[in-house]
Amino acid sequence: MELHALTIHELQDKLRSGETTAADILASVYSRIAAVDDKVHAYITLTKEAAELQAAAADTAIRRGEMGVLTGIPISLKDIFCTQGVPTTCGSRILANFVPPYDATVVGKLRAAGAVFAGKANMDEFAMGSSTETSYFGVTRNPWDLDRIPGGSSGGSAAAVAADECIASLGSDTGGSIRQPAALCGVVGMKPTYGRVSRFGLVAFASSLDQIGPFTKDVEDCAILMNVIAGYDPRESTSVDTEVPDYRSFLDRGVAGLRVGIPKEYFIAGIDPEIRTAVETAIGILEKGGARLVEISLPHTEYCLAVYYIVAPAEASSNLARYDGVKYGFRSPEGRDLLDMYKQSRSAGFGEEVKRRIIIGTYVLSSGYYDAYYKKASQVRALIRRDFDAAFEKCDVIATPTSPTAAFRIGERTDDPMQMYLSDILTISANLAGIPGISVPCGFTRDALPIGLQFLAGHFREGLLIQTGAAYEILAATRSLIARYKREKMSLS
Amino acid sequence: MKITREEVAHVAHLARLTFREEELEKFTSQLNDILLYMEKLNSADTTGVTPMTHATVLYNAFREDVVKPSLANEDSLANAPDPRGEFFRVPKVIE
Repeated sequence: MELHALTIHELQDKLRSGETTAADILASVYSRIAAVDDKVHAYITLTKEAAELQAAAADTAIRRGEMGVLTGIPISLKDIFCTQGVPTTCGSRILANFVPPYDATVVGKLRAAGAVFAGKANMDEFAMGSSTETSYFGVTRNPWDLDRIPGGSSGGSAAAVAADECIASLGSDTGGSIRQPAALCGVVGMKPTYGRVSRFGLVAFASSLDQIGPFTKDVEDCAILMNVIAGYDPRESTSVDTEVPDYRSFLDRGVAGLRVGIPKEYFIAGIDPEIRTAVETAIGILEKGGARLVEISLPHTEYCLAVYYIVAPAEASSNLARYDGVKYGFRSPEGRDLLDMYKQSRSAGFGEEVKRRIIIGTYVLSSGYYDAYYKKASQVRALIRRDFDAAFEKCDVIATPTSPTAAFRIGERTDDPMQMYLSDILTISANLAGIPGISVPCGFTRDALPIGLQFLAGHFREGLLIQTGAAYEILAATRSLIARYKREKMSLS
Repeated sequence: MKITREEVAHVAHLARLTFREEELEKFTSQLNDILLYMEKLNSADTTGVTPMTHATVLYNAFREDVVKPSLANEDSLANAPDPRGEFFRVPKVIE
């Protein structure tokens, strides 16, 4: 297999044995990008020259016997992470020329572990979207079917990993923006617990929901990246100062005796029958592997979407108030006075979906409506969290589909915001409750589109998700299934 | 109607945005659909439920009040659309 098609752990073995070099790996990834990215458009910015220097430094480190856990591994970053000296656009015109003077904490951690940065991945503008169609820089296409969306908002990251245009990627997940595109592109994506990973240097969308996590080709790589990015950061006041386990130690634990909760509210009408069948088959595989299935109920599930589309826009309207054309970002030359300059800059700088959410958020927070919307939503959010607390008394992990459908067609939902919002109906609850979730591939539809299986666990129990995901991956032989489909069905070149 | 065109225009002003006529039309109609969907929440019984404001723990994050290095002036100004000397220049505020 070509180097770009391998995983972090496979490449690390080859680097350690001297079978390959970081320069060769980077050259392989860049030849792949050159061959397919004009079709997929996973990247906004490529950082080839800097990456070549990083790869050379990695090869020097390896020769000296100073190999870090990511030394020589080409990783892409969703263009929402601040990268010192490299443009960080957040998929928006308003930040099109923004060059951060510092690195996000997670970027610094990857750098310290020896990673090579391939480039910045496309995304929905300000992470608002489920299809990567709202990016100012154009749509990203799903590598499995170029007429379809890759999911979103971290669609560039998911597509880049699926198309082997990088070895792994980092994204962010506010309502499903890692797990949903991971499912739709057939890769592994994890949203850790709120507070597990520092968000310092992550462009803020909805601060009580945003969390950073990895996209990888298998669960072992997910554990490797989690080991690097997890942990307390004094610069991030919501990061939690609690012990970080070695996530790799969960990989071989199996599922014997594990209690897997099946929430009836997640297997309702609206889930595509093919998705439902695939997920039920996957759950059957876990049962054969020794897991015990437990029927559970999350009674407030029907409210998740309404709560989310109050809380997230409310917080976004506040967070995005900083884009005023004064200190950084786009300034319209049209402004007659200061107030008009604000209005012209923001109106020309933000795209339609961002404006829509700013308006919803400003409305629900405005005088006279706060109690009816934001306060009510925050109360129902507490009930949603209680549902999970009660469920985790009866089970260790919860299994659900990640997305109600496989990848839809480009343009199919752009004119109907409510239809688009429904794409996240199975992932939003984890953000509202602050719990971790992972999506792992669990097969393909008849049209050869990937299907995702989501596991959820209690706060700070990412280890259980890695344990369950890794066990499923082995029991279902996912890696060889994906490799076969890639050979037979993915036609990029 | 949950929200009128005039209210959308007012909220847009609060959010420092301006809309063309057709945008106003479209947003008003879409916002009505979205706000109608939110009505779902009225059927949830939240009597006596404390609103959730934080996803994990509930304590303040304090730090010692000590001076640490921060960004250099030139780095802070490097992305400014209209920097002058050590300042961010903006259009005239007072007539």
